[in-house]
Amino acid sequence: MRRELTVEQQRARAAWVFIAPSLVLVGLFFILPVVASFLLSVTDFDLYSLAHLSNVRVVGAHNYVALANNPEFWSAMVNTFYFALVGGPLTVGVSLGAALLVNAKAARCKGLFRTAYFVPFVTTLVAVAIVWKYLYHPTYGPLNYALGALGIRPIDWLGDPRWAMPAIIGLAVWKNFGYNMLIFIAGLQSVPEELYEAARIDGAGAVRQFRSVTLPSLAPTFLFVGVVTMIGYFQLFAEPYVMTQGGPLKSTTSLVLFMYTEGFRWWRLGNAAAIAFVLFIIILAWTILQLRLERRRA
Amino acid sequence: MTAATAPQPMRRRVRIGPLALHAALIVGALLALFPLLWMISASFMPTGMANQYPPHFVPRHPTFAHYREIFTRLSMGRFVLNSAIIALAITGLSLFINSAAGYAFAKLRFRGRDTLFRGLMLGLVVPVQVAMLPLFLLFKEMHLINTYWGVIIPSLASIFGIFLIRQYTLDIPDDLLDAARIDGASEFRIYRSVVLPVIVPILATLAIWTFLTTWNDFMWPLIVLSDQAKMTLPVALASLAGEHVQDTELMMAGSVVTVLPVLLVFLFLQRYYVQGIMSGSIKG
Repeated sequence: MRRELTVEQQRARAAWVFIAPSLVLVGLFFILPVVASFLLSVTDFDLYSLAHLSNVRVVGAHNYVALANNPEFWSAMVNTFYFALVGGPLTVGVSLGAALLVNAKAARCKGLFRTAYFVPFVTTLVAVAIVWKYLYHPTYGPLNYALGALGIRPIDWLGDPRWAMPAIIGLAVWKNFGYNMLIFIAGLQSVPEELYEAARIDGAGAVRQFRSVTLPSLAPTFLFVGVVTMIGYFQLFAEPYVMTQGGPLKSTTSLVLFMYTEGFRWWRLGNAAAIAFVLFIIILAWTILQLRLERRRA
Repeated sequence: MTAATAPQPMRRRVRIGPLALHAALIVGALLALFPLLWMISASFMPTGMANQYPPHFVPRHPTFAHYREIFTRLSMGRFVLNSAIIALAITGLSLFINSAAGYAFAKLRFRGRDTLFRGLMLGLVVPVQVAMLPLFLLFKEMHLINTYWGVIIPSLASIFGIFLIRQYTLDIPDDLLDAARIDGASEFRIYRSVVLPVIVPILATLAIWTFLTTWNDFMWPLIVLSDQAKMTLPVALASLAGEHVQDTELMMAGSVVTVLPVLLVFLFLQRYYVQGIMSGSIKG
């Protein structure tokens, strides 16, 4: 009995040794900074505090109140939601379409197409953002050239406040749909063939089968893809940083870009921490909302 | 329409089906690959050729001049080296750290294990940007700003990585581990000689995933590395793109050099990578 206990203890000790490095790293360099970030957000930490810590004062909710009265913050909120609420569903839709095409029974060279569709996802965002910037060029860009062939007048994609965000969404959909497509293919392949057979016996056509068998079976996949995509899209940063610097007229300044500028360009770290926390709350609330909606439907 | 001709539209639809399907597949593939093909093509164009109307799609007289320039005048080699050092260090070290933790969470019993694991998983909804401001202040105190370690350390442990390994390791039969214990193997030896060989496929997936993510990572390296000699490729490229707005062909060469390593890693190892993503998502 005693021996048994020491074996258990030994194993528990080994377990702690195995997880200790991760716990220390996550604790010190993630959890601690997240907590500290909240504390930072109730101070007026700025350039002077960076020089002398004695210059920091606790200001309570002041940063949050100031944000609520800052039109630039609200514009960053609107831009972020625009990007996430339009770009997110669009990406998921394109992913599902691509998955259905690649996974179709009659499709040949499936592996080849799957690879071609997935390649944009593994590329470096900064590099392809630069490439897309030239593709979007109003006079020399291939996109306007192609649209011109269809009789559409040139659009100043990144220079027109109305078009800059759609242009960034275009890049994001292209860059990201491949990952979700893989998840959808995995989901499609796990739908039992008998369900389709039963539907066919009941006389269901292709559209009916898709609506009554494929879509309901994919519900868990939709949830996973939806949550992961939206969490990522609320953190929009590199695309506007490289392509538009948040312009024109702040039309592509996202919350994270706003936070970066406040924190690391103007060194108003207290203010930036408040923005970071608003982002945190948004992502948390949105994820809970998605989980709730799914649970209610199921 | 008589009954005799009725089956014909049916048959025709069956025949058009695959044709339309493959047309859609090919158009999709062209859309997915066009930006990358154009990038490669433009990087070989003589200066100014990419800024002409109507646009050219193939260089008539391909030139290596821009590649020569980015490696000599813009010291791209330095950035390649920085990126490689950082991405490889993170990939190698994090593989041990995350696999050990993932295995312990899956197979070793200890008090508070499940609570701890659930707590860690909550971290997945916390955007990393929230940690960045205090982390910058902390690293400033630790003199890690403008160092490789400043980029490496926060990426060493990954909640996602721990999760991925745990899901995979759960499938290892307990009998296998118990047999090794009866043979008198220590817990560390079991991890090294029994567990690691069994989970090689998921380790490969995680290694490729980590390498690609860290190579492509932008925001944190941008914050930590302001000294040009330490910059990774994406950070250097973003800064160069600001100075060389008009030099399309030059920037395309820079983009090719940045993207090529991850593209090659993916193309050669995609079997391990793609399967891991697909199986991980189903279980998750």
